Amino acid sequence: MDQSRPLPTNYVTQPDRVITSRGKTVRTEEMIINMGPQHPSTHGVLRLEIVVDGEIIVDAIPHIGYLHRCFEKHAEHMTNYQQVIPYADRMDYVASMNNDHAFALAVERMMKIEVPERVEYIRVIMAELQRIASHLVALGTYGIDAGAFTPFLYCFRDREKILDLFEITCGARLLYNYIWVGGLSHDLPAGFVEQAKEFCAYFKPKIKEFNDLLTYNEIFIKRTANVGVLPGDVAINYACSGPMLRGSGVNWDLRRDDPYAVYDKFDWEVQVGKGEVGTVGDCWDRHIVRVREMEQSVKIIEQALAGIPEGNVQSAVPKRIRPEAGEIYIRTETPRGELGFFIMSDGSGSPYRVKARGPAFVNLSVLPEIARGAMIADLTMIVGSVDIVLGEVDR
Amino acid sequence: MTPQEILDKLTSQFGDAILESKLDVAQPWIKIARDRAEGICLYLRDEPSLQFDYLMCLSGVELSDGNLGVVYHLSSIIHKHKIVLKTVCSKEDPHIQSASAVWGTANWHEREAFDMFGIIFDGHPDLRRILLPDDWEGYPLRKDYKVQEFYNGIKVPY
Amino acid sequence: MELLQLLGLETNLLTIIIVSALPLVFILLYALVTLYLEMKVSAHIQDRVAYMRTGWHGVLQPFADILKLLQKEDTVPTAADRFLFKLAPFIVFAATYAGFAVIPFSSVYIGSNINLGVFFMIAASSLVVIGILMGGWASNNKWSIFGAFRSAAQMISYEIPIALGVLIAVMITESLNLQEVTQFQSGGIQNWVVFGGPLPLTQKLLLLPFTILTFFILFIASIAEVNRTPFDLAEAESELVQGFNTEYSGMRFAMFYLAEYANMFLVSAVVVSLFLGGWSSPFGTALSGPLWDLFWFVAKGMFLVFMQIWIRWTLPRLRVDQLMYTSWKVLIPFLFLCVFAVGLILVL
Repeated sequence: MDQSRPLPTNYVTQPDRVITSRGKTVRTEEMIINMGPQHPSTHGVLRLEIVVDGEIIVDAIPHIGYLHRCFEKHAEHMTNYQQVIPYADRMDYVASMNNDHAFALAVERMMKIEVPERVEYIRVIMAELQRIASHLVALGTYGIDAGAFTPFLYCFRDREKILDLFEITCGARLLYNYIWVGGLSHDLPAGFVEQAKEFCAYFKPKIKEFNDLLTYNEIFIKRTANVGVLPGDVAINYACSGPMLRGSGVNWDLRRDDPYAVYDKFDWEVQVGKGEVGTVGDCWDRHIVRVREMEQSVKIIEQALAGIPEGNVQSAVPKRIRPEAGEIYIRTETPRGELGFFIMSDGSGSPYRVKARGPAFVNLSVLPEIARGAMIADLTMIVGSVDIVLGEVDR
Repeated sequence: MTPQEILDKLTSQFGDAILESKLDVAQPWIKIARDRAEGICLYLRDEPSLQFDYLMCLSGVELSDGNLGVVYHLSSIIHKHKIVLKTVCSKEDPHIQSASAVWGTANWHEREAFDMFGIIFDGHPDLRRILLPDDWEGYPLRKDYKVQEFYNGIKVPY
Repeated sequence: MELLQLLGLETNLLTIIIVSALPLVFILLYALVTLYLEMKVSAHIQDRVAYMRTGWHGVLQPFADILKLLQKEDTVPTAADRFLFKLAPFIVFAATYAGFAVIPFSSVYIGSNINLGVFFMIAASSLVVIGILMGGWASNNKWSIFGAFRSAAQMISYEIPIALGVLIAVMITESLNLQEVTQFQSGGIQNWVVFGGPLPLTQKLLLLPFTILTFFILFIASIAEVNRTPFDLAEAESELVQGFNTEYSGMRFAMFYLAEYANMFLVSAVVVSLFLGGWSSPFGTALSGPLWDLFWFVAKGMFLVFMQIWIRWTLPRLRVDQLMYTSWKVLIPFLFLCVFAVGLILVL
């Protein structure tokens, strides 16, 4: 059976003949359903082949690759490391600043460049603003998966304010190409600090409004508590990261445990799921970790805004970026988890090998483990709680 | 633990399976034999003083001498140390033992390495292409890759 | 019929047909208004404005929507069961419209003044399940079948709370004929069944908590009957694309949509007639008369429809087993309690 094509409509289920793409034989009581590449709730082009027994899922096999855009091959053909940054933007298009940051950090470590402190502060501010924007998308769409259409619009209304901030800084709303190797592309415009402070003051009560509307709603809790439970040791074995790992009770955040930029100068807390309304590691825990991370991000931004030093944002950019031959693996904490770049250089101006370790790719691989035994309605909530962006899964 | 101590533990346990190492760079690496990868990884994960329970990244590479290789980046959440492992194989005989029984995440990473480089992982439960369509020809990230002319009737080169 | 007598026309077949088609006219007008209402209410809840350019503040948008649906291509999937596929929307609408026969719109108008009024309505509207199952099955689409099964299970389970709620109102008013029930409650807002009915004060005060509870439970069950969020698993957009509706387009889809809105008003009308006094004016004899009755009835019905829309855009949806649990283990036990309590109070 051709394993990449969906089943035709006139197939007849016979016990010894129907085989899933993983080689499992399906009994006649079970049905293979495709939550196909186009589907309102799979957050992108993801195909889930589900084997169901009534409404209970027996197996869920994700098929990816519909958005593969050959990032790694492109990176090898660039003549300059700076030229890879727009491509890195487009991997996880909901959180571009974090992608830029990771790649720029990797190249700077390889070349042992020290960036000015002002650059570090601005990078932290941008990364945290981007974290809030990305979590707003994740939480809003999670509400839609649950059937609540209103929180989505509230989240996007608040996200507009963040995108306005980004627009006055670098001119773009979604894909910025802002954090370059050795510095930034533009300095902060006049009025940015005031507008950002205004945003922080505006946003704090909005988180409470969102919680009242969705997070602590009885129906939402019934949909997400005890659903898709991911035990902590399974999460570590499957190298989950970000809110997936912290939602399972593992106290691990790269901003604190493998520090980069100036995160150690700020006072903030790592949010961990405690199983408040269900088991530790269920969908509600991951959801509340994201909500609370937004609060912590606002805290970090306020502290950073208060303490930005003066300086030049482009002084460390070298004319020719030519790292010595060698390799490096750098990881940063993006809203989805641990984004890692493994760069091998052969001494010339273009990279020899760039491997992007996308957190959504790795987090998605745990889906068959946590979806087994759930119902189809639960599967929507589970996939939503993994918070995948297919651009990062497929690169 | 320092990289030197990790290397000493590994050599004392596996002896000749540890081929080479370079510890004076920013990210020290240890090269291991390709048919003993699973045993070594299991030891690294379970030994109480090492406990490398987190496989950060598993990448396929093509080295400048034309051989294929796999680079494992391991870290430990408990002890907070990191190490890099490498294995090498040739293009004519691209077999490396799979680590998917040790870390669940290696499953998809190895499928991607197979998809992009053609490295065959022995013992992998479900080795098939992951990012490209199942009937694609060739292994794109190899340096000598020539894109196919037609795919199912669609002209591929731009 | 009183309406014909009022207008001074003789009762022959033609006039009877015209009079029985009056609810259809009402449904069509009401659908336009509700489309507009849903669009604007949902927009303001979501902190945005809806259409502003088609007509003043978008009043012509429902016409535009209907025009769009009319001119769409009428697709039938190749492997679908053609006859059942085409029949399903009509069965759904016909079953819903059959229920309108026993709704008293005014003191002079009720489609069919039979003694079994509300019993007939419950029976006729359960035919909707057949239409939905037909639509889901005939589409030859696994997701449609899922939606149809879920919807069938849901509608059948929620018939029981509705029947029990109706039973409680009927125990107080002692008639199944909705026209008599409404006349029983006329005389002012204190006579409405939700406040205990026109009974002596001690009985009324004892009945008050149970009738209010029953009213709320009946309202919840009526939302579930209509497949609206939080009970819209059958057409859950995020999971099943559109459930049993997936393969329908153009006018057939419009028929399902119209049937859903008609059903919304039908269940609201039943709740209004049984509990909120039907067409009787809340001020007793002031502001009453045939046309005023129609006004009060439509106003109360639209108020409940507005509540349904409000709830839809606020709450997430229940999972299908939680839905069943709510019906069988929460609503029905409470209603049994109310039945016993109300029966006891009425007997004593």
